[in-house]
Amino acid sequence: MIVEEKTPSPSSLSSEPLLHLQDLRVSFEHDGNEEEVVKGISLTINKGEILALVGESGSGKSVTAFSILQLLPYPQAKHPSGSIQFENTELINAEPETLRKLRGNRISMIFQEPMVALNPLHTLEKQIGEVLMLHQGLSRQEAKTRTVELLARVKLPNPDRLLNTYPNELSGGQRQRAMIAMAIANQPSLLIADEPTTALDVTLQAEILDLLHALQRHSAMSILLITHDLNLVKRFADRVAVMEKGVLVETADTQSLFSNPQQPYTQALLAAEPSGEPIPLTDPSTPALLTVQDVKVWFPLYKGIFRRVYDHVRAVDGISFTLVPRQTIGIVGESGSGKSTLALALLRLIKSTGQITYKTHHLSALNNNKMRPLRAELQMVFQDPFASLSPRLSIRQIIAEGLTIHQPQLSTETIDQRVVEALKEVDLDPATRFRYPHEFSGGQRQRIAIARALILKPKIIILDEPTSALDRSIQVQIIQLLKDLQDRHDLSYLFISHDLSVIRAISHDVIVMHAGKVVESGPIQRVFADPQHAYTQQLLNATR
Amino acid sequence: MIFQRRKLKASTPNPYHQRQWRQFKNNKRGYYSLWLFSILFVITGMAELVANDKPLFVYFNNEVYLPFLITYPETAFGGEFETEADYRDEYVSSLIEAKGWMLWPLIPYQYDTIHYKLNVPAPSPPTAENWLGTDDQGRDVLARVIYGFRISILFGLILTIISSLVGVFIGAIQGFYGGRLDLFLQRFLEIWNSLPVLFMLIILSNFVNPSFWWLLGIMLLFSWTSLVDVVRAEFLRGRNLEYVRAARALGASDRLLMFRHILPNAMVSTVTFMPFLLNGAITTLTSLDFLGFGLPAGSPSLGELLAQGKANLHAPWLGFSAFFSLAILLSLLIFIGEAVRDAFDPRLLKR
Repeated sequence: MIVEEKTPSPSSLSSEPLLHLQDLRVSFEHDGNEEEVVKGISLTINKGEILALVGESGSGKSVTAFSILQLLPYPQAKHPSGSIQFENTELINAEPETLRKLRGNRISMIFQEPMVALNPLHTLEKQIGEVLMLHQGLSRQEAKTRTVELLARVKLPNPDRLLNTYPNELSGGQRQRAMIAMAIANQPSLLIADEPTTALDVTLQAEILDLLHALQRHSAMSILLITHDLNLVKRFADRVAVMEKGVLVETADTQSLFSNPQQPYTQALLAAEPSGEPIPLTDPSTPALLTVQDVKVWFPLYKGIFRRVYDHVRAVDGISFTLVPRQTIGIVGESGSGKSTLALALLRLIKSTGQITYKTHHLSALNNNKMRPLRAELQMVFQDPFASLSPRLSIRQIIAEGLTIHQPQLSTETIDQRVVEALKEVDLDPATRFRYPHEFSGGQRQRIAIARALILKPKIIILDEPTSALDRSIQVQIIQLLKDLQDRHDLSYLFISHDLSVIRAISHDVIVMHAGKVVESGPIQRVFADPQHAYTQQLLNATR
Repeated sequence: MIFQRRKLKASTPNPYHQRQWRQFKNNKRGYYSLWLFSILFVITGMAELVANDKPLFVYFNNEVYLPFLITYPETAFGGEFETEADYRDEYVSSLIEAKGWMLWPLIPYQYDTIHYKLNVPAPSPPTAENWLGTDDQGRDVLARVIYGFRISILFGLILTIISSLVGVFIGAIQGFYGGRLDLFLQRFLEIWNSLPVLFMLIILSNFVNPSFWWLLGIMLLFSWTSLVDVVRAEFLRGRNLEYVRAARALGASDRLLMFRHILPNAMVSTVTFMPFLLNGAITTLTSLDFLGFGLPAGSPSLGELLAQGKANLHAPWLGFSAFFSLAILLSLLIFIGEAVRDAFDPRLLKR
């Protein structure tokens, strides 16, 4: 098959149903308690249609998708009621043999994290060829030829040579392409794509979706796209189904849903876009708080038995900027561009060269003991609120830790009082301070992480993707909270993100990083309105 | 480490520990094993009150004597010798009975009391008087089992605790600092671990007259390494966790990072490992005793009883007693270990 074949236009979609869910319920049993996570969903996917299933985390969209292929952890997972009809075959409680014939053949699936979904010990030839040999009974040689074809169809360069590569030799985008090649190998009627681009950079997201779109048009397959990203939906889906807490709240054509959402939840979801202006700067001529000059982080690469240094990975390669009080500098870039490494280097958590000056202190020249008192004023909030809080300490212990380190003379009562204040600052109920992190949602955890930084009354907070792990509506709240705190306490932020809309809502200046170097920097309006560098333009185009 | 943990516990009731305890209890077999083990531990811990060749209490001539605690000369009871009274001797007991009475423990034998008035040649089979029979020197097997059980457990516990402390400490330092220190210690461990332990123990116990503490020290030389690898791996992983990095950004010292933030996670694999270490220690002691290189001759020991059982196949109660007491002890510890593993298993953790 060749991609350039005549393709049916989207308007000529048949309304013949391919998959039909009727009153589907899914519950999980924990320790005798049953918790229903999908509460009676009825949904139809027509042939050749792209249906987007959107919802925030915990809405049950992935569980719904997994139950189509019966991939849930049975018997802890149960279907109290419901039916899943795929081309007149009932899938709930179907024979394992029936399911095996469908999986990877008539219905296939692509996952969020391609590195985890591909077997790291198998070459592409083996992984993709296996699917072909299993379901189509091709010989090794036929499978090989077909694999090359497939790799070419997903637009991977040099498909012949890629046959013998392992997943770890591919980039994130290439891996996702390889996984798509595997998923479409048997020309499935239905492709379930579970957050297919969430783990990818923005510029890659668009490419992967365009690819999926082209493949779908070409072979008239249906796609069930599961995502939380409404931008993707708008560009890509024919119809949208919105889920909230296990219930389907609205199903509509993409156009009518975006122009005229019926349900309040859908409206809230659509409105949840970080917006607003950064807080006003008091006086632009205030002396700099943090001056960074030519900071470099090079990781040496060794070679030979004497471990001779023959080259370096230039993670951060000569970054300079100045941060004044109350200012936010946004740092944008793709994964691997060195944003997070720069943050760690500024806090002296990894070694770097160059000048870092905070007030009058040359941070780069201080040893650990001299650096410690300054750490109170330079704080950091990390990306993943689930990983950055120690699961074995109570909220009070987590927030108080900085105080006990920097002001050990404080009495227990004073510490407790300060913890209560810090929790109030981030709009959390102080009565929850004796609980443990697992009892909080992602957004609440991020507030706790902010409270932990705040309690030391810092001057600068480095925020490393503080909103990336959160739902859109929560992101909006966190951004607003950060701005309020900044205004109230005259904080300066270094805001690292790959999300341009978040950056736009909070930053005064922006630095665009690519491969460890600054490709463009300046006031945010100027950079966003009139990007000079090709990379910045590409980045902006991808999110429009 | 212990100090830190205690401080944490004192400040708030930690739901983690409560949950772990619940999960431990959910494993019924382990829970009941813990009870049974505790009862056996307490009983054998008070072995002197359970099996003794001295009475617990003597009322003589309107005076109270506690022979199991205090040594009285025979003359105290109107005898002739200045040496300690032999209460099992008919002469002494008739002296005491004449002017008072004696309260004997349940089993009126010490581990080394030789029963001289057996009707059959030693080893004698179980009777109402010697519940598990006597060994080939006419000593009561039950008394020896009780004392042997205690020595095995104590030996195992002390060895496990000390080698865990050393192992955790070394592993923590190795994993946390990594680099050259890790490299050298790791090579040293590889060499040390490749020494044939049992032969080394046999050779070393030929140089010294192996007392309880000597044996403990010698075995400690080799047993501390078992936890190092586990703890090292946990620390290597742990030092890059985001909340550890977050604590470092707060300015936490290395010691705080190691013991407050990383160790609790490393404890899971460590504590899970400990019952098996304990079992290993008990088995090693038993095998040394069995071979005759262990505790000094005459000490009550399960290994020595096993060896007797092997030498006297016509007296199966020797082998059976030793076998069952060892089997029960080791099984109980394994069951407890399984429950401990459950308690620490995050997959079983519920919200």
